[in-house]
Amino acid sequence: MLSIIFGVAFSIPSFLQTDSGKKISLGLDLQGGLHMLLGVKTEEAVTSKVKSVATSIKYFAEDEEILIDELSIKDGSVQFTVLDKDELPKVDTMLENIKGLKVTKENLNYNVTLTEAEKVTTKDLAVAQAVETIRNRLDQFGLAEPTVIRQGETDIVVELPGIKTAEDEKAARELISKPANLELMAVDEERADQVYALTTYQAAQYGDIILEDSRNPKIKYLVKEIPILNGSQVIDAKVAFDQSHQPIINFTLNSSGSRIFGDFTGKNVGKRLAIVLDGKVYSAPNIRERIGGGSGQISGGFSTIEAGNVAIALRSGALPASVELLEKRSVGPSLGADSINASMMALISGFAAVFIFMIVYYRNAGVIANVALVSNIFIIISIMAMFGATLTLPGMAGIVLTVGMAVDANVIISERIRELLRSGMSIPKAVEDGYSNAMSAILDANITTLLAAVILYAYGTGPVKGFAVTISIGILASMLTAILGTHGIYEALMPKIAKDKNLRKWFGIK
Amino acid sequence: MEIFNNEKVYDFMGKRIPFLGLSAILLIASIFFLTTKGLNFGIDFAGGTIVQVKYDQKAPIDKIRDVLNDTEYKGSSITEFGSPQEVVIRITGSSSNLKNDIGDQMHKILDSTGNFEVRRVDMVGPKVGGELREKGIMALGLSLFVILIYVSFRFEWRFAVASILALAHDITIAMGAISLFSVEVNLDILAAILTLLGYSLNDTIIVFDRVREGIQSSKETELSSVVNESVSRTLSRTTLTSLTTFFVVVTLFAFGGEIIHGFAFTLVVGIIVGTYSSIFIAASFLVQLKFSVTNFRAKEADKLKRQKEKEKMRAMYEKGTV
Repeated sequence: MLSIIFGVAFSIPSFLQTDSGKKISLGLDLQGGLHMLLGVKTEEAVTSKVKSVATSIKYFAEDEEILIDELSIKDGSVQFTVLDKDELPKVDTMLENIKGLKVTKENLNYNVTLTEAEKVTTKDLAVAQAVETIRNRLDQFGLAEPTVIRQGETDIVVELPGIKTAEDEKAARELISKPANLELMAVDEERADQVYALTTYQAAQYGDIILEDSRNPKIKYLVKEIPILNGSQVIDAKVAFDQSHQPIINFTLNSSGSRIFGDFTGKNVGKRLAIVLDGKVYSAPNIRERIGGGSGQISGGFSTIEAGNVAIALRSGALPASVELLEKRSVGPSLGADSINASMMALISGFAAVFIFMIVYYRNAGVIANVALVSNIFIIISIMAMFGATLTLPGMAGIVLTVGMAVDANVIISERIRELLRSGMSIPKAVEDGYSNAMSAILDANITTLLAAVILYAYGTGPVKGFAVTISIGILASMLTAILGTHGIYEALMPKIAKDKNLRKWFGIK
Repeated sequence: MEIFNNEKVYDFMGKRIPFLGLSAILLIASIFFLTTKGLNFGIDFAGGTIVQVKYDQKAPIDKIRDVLNDTEYKGSSITEFGSPQEVVIRITGSSSNLKNDIGDQMHKILDSTGNFEVRRVDMVGPKVGGELREKGIMALGLSLFVILIYVSFRFEWRFAVASILALAHDITIAMGAISLFSVEVNLDILAAILTLLGYSLNDTIIVFDRVREGIQSSKETELSSVVNESVSRTLSRTTLTSLTTFFVVVTLFAFGGEIIHGFAFTLVVGIIVGTYSSIFIAASFLVQLKFSVTNFRAKEADKLKRQKEKEKMRAMYEKGTV
């Protein structure tokens, strides 16, 4: 009697839960959408960290009016020479204040690298920041429920359900992949004329790099390798329009950025400042006067949509390292709908076949087994809804398969009961013993399947995980309904069965 | 309704040699296909790209091939998928560039071939493919190991070995069929094989459970007679459950759509082989392993004796009389 209450109590909420409250979310393969696995190139984050160390050293030296020479980055380390011996203690204190540096010094020559621990932290931070940045960008882009999750050491899973068109998908991909690395760099005015004659290697000898113009790759600029400012100091970016109604992006710097920007423009009036976005020069205006207030603009050949996306990307911060696509699965919405139809069809017809077979073969015992089967499906659905599990195509297959396997326990029990009845046992005793005899086989069989499902969950990815989830829930539910649920029904009906004594009607045997 | 005569004991073990022979032939054939033909690894494991395209009329496969031949995707395989309107283009290699997407390119390239919709683009890079392969093998090996431990713990080591051998038998033959019919091996096929593992073990365990029960309840000392009786007793259950699961898997195969085809195929083959092996093969391994009924009984009796002795000791200890 206890078990029947148990069985009913468990099936009632499932009937209600499917209509209201928490719902099962459909996997991307069923509703359509984009799934991507991105790899963060963490080495790049280390390189840019080294670069920012160089920027700090340069700014400090200029601020304190310490003369340093040959500040450059070689093989991942910052090298420079201090000209005045008396300034060494000052430089040392400054370097000590920056965390995670390994400094080797020979006379006046410095070699500064990151410690191994700092490299690890930098890489880790880069991935965490990339997750945050991509999430921010997608949120601002206005997509419904994007999922951005870190996976393992360097990978990020991005799931965008409900992307309808190829254009939307493309825009989302561009937004994710845009490094949005803004740099303000000084043009090397002394050698600017030679830019077309220099090789990259020669430029590096002067501490310069050669960059292309954003609109015309033939136009080249020779700029100082170590930037004056980078995008980490940008706090806001908005789309605006210039006098000729071309879209431009206005950006605002934070306070330390504003100070550096003001100082630099004040000292370099008449020289050019290159505005570099993702390694391309957008403009290189002459500095006419000191620019205070910490705002600037990027102009140059944007479409309005592009400018909007660049602004979103700048606002949400730069990607600390570029990302590469490791895996991509995109499913169109019509394919998802087809998949749902096909698997619903399989579920219904498979279910119907099993249902009819059980009644024909076992008569009333079959009816009882079918009650268990139906409540089994409801339990699976309600549990999945409760835990917010995602239903995938293999998950649907898992439910279909559970239908087939769930009757297994009932078949084992019914066969045992039949056997005992044939040997002449009374009905109540046969039912009791049938259940207890069948128990160990049912447990062993289900536990082994469950073990396989758990391993599948631990080692599977995406859709396979979904399959493992439904199978596991299905097995647990079927043990509950088959062992407790049907037993309760038999007990409730027992007085009637015992009085009737019609074995053919109740158990399908003579 | 009843299918099998429940009183009758069929002599499965007397005929075990021909059945073992049949299994040996199937196994050898499977291994032959697996080594010569090999498995047709899909993009999940081999890496690569597939693009599924649906046209609003019959897909112009020749035209698509012509158009693709002028591009870097020359030599891609193009096959019909599920219906004449739909094709799948398989491209070896993958692009890790987020901006330069194959889906976009296909839109441009196929523009002249008619009205279509790109329904699915799956791309798996080489790194991920390798990882998935590694994880797949791990999952398979680990499941076998865990099952071995569990069955040894619940039964006896010879039962565990026999069930693992039966499992290996089923999986090898299922994989042989996958190789023979060039089914594309992807993650879902791996899932199907792992399901089979659980399913086929299910069947075997239920037979073994009966064997164990038979050993304890009957006075028979000859293992093959105990096995014959147990297998005969479970025969109707084994075939019935296999039948119900088979219904479901066949409907999945028939109505599940092209995507689930390989998955359903593997299960159809697996259920046939699994049912066959749990009736004819698994228990005969037990006989071949020279499992001795008398020894098992002696051991069980010993265990019982030791337990009783322990209880006696404890009782004595608790009463304070030593």
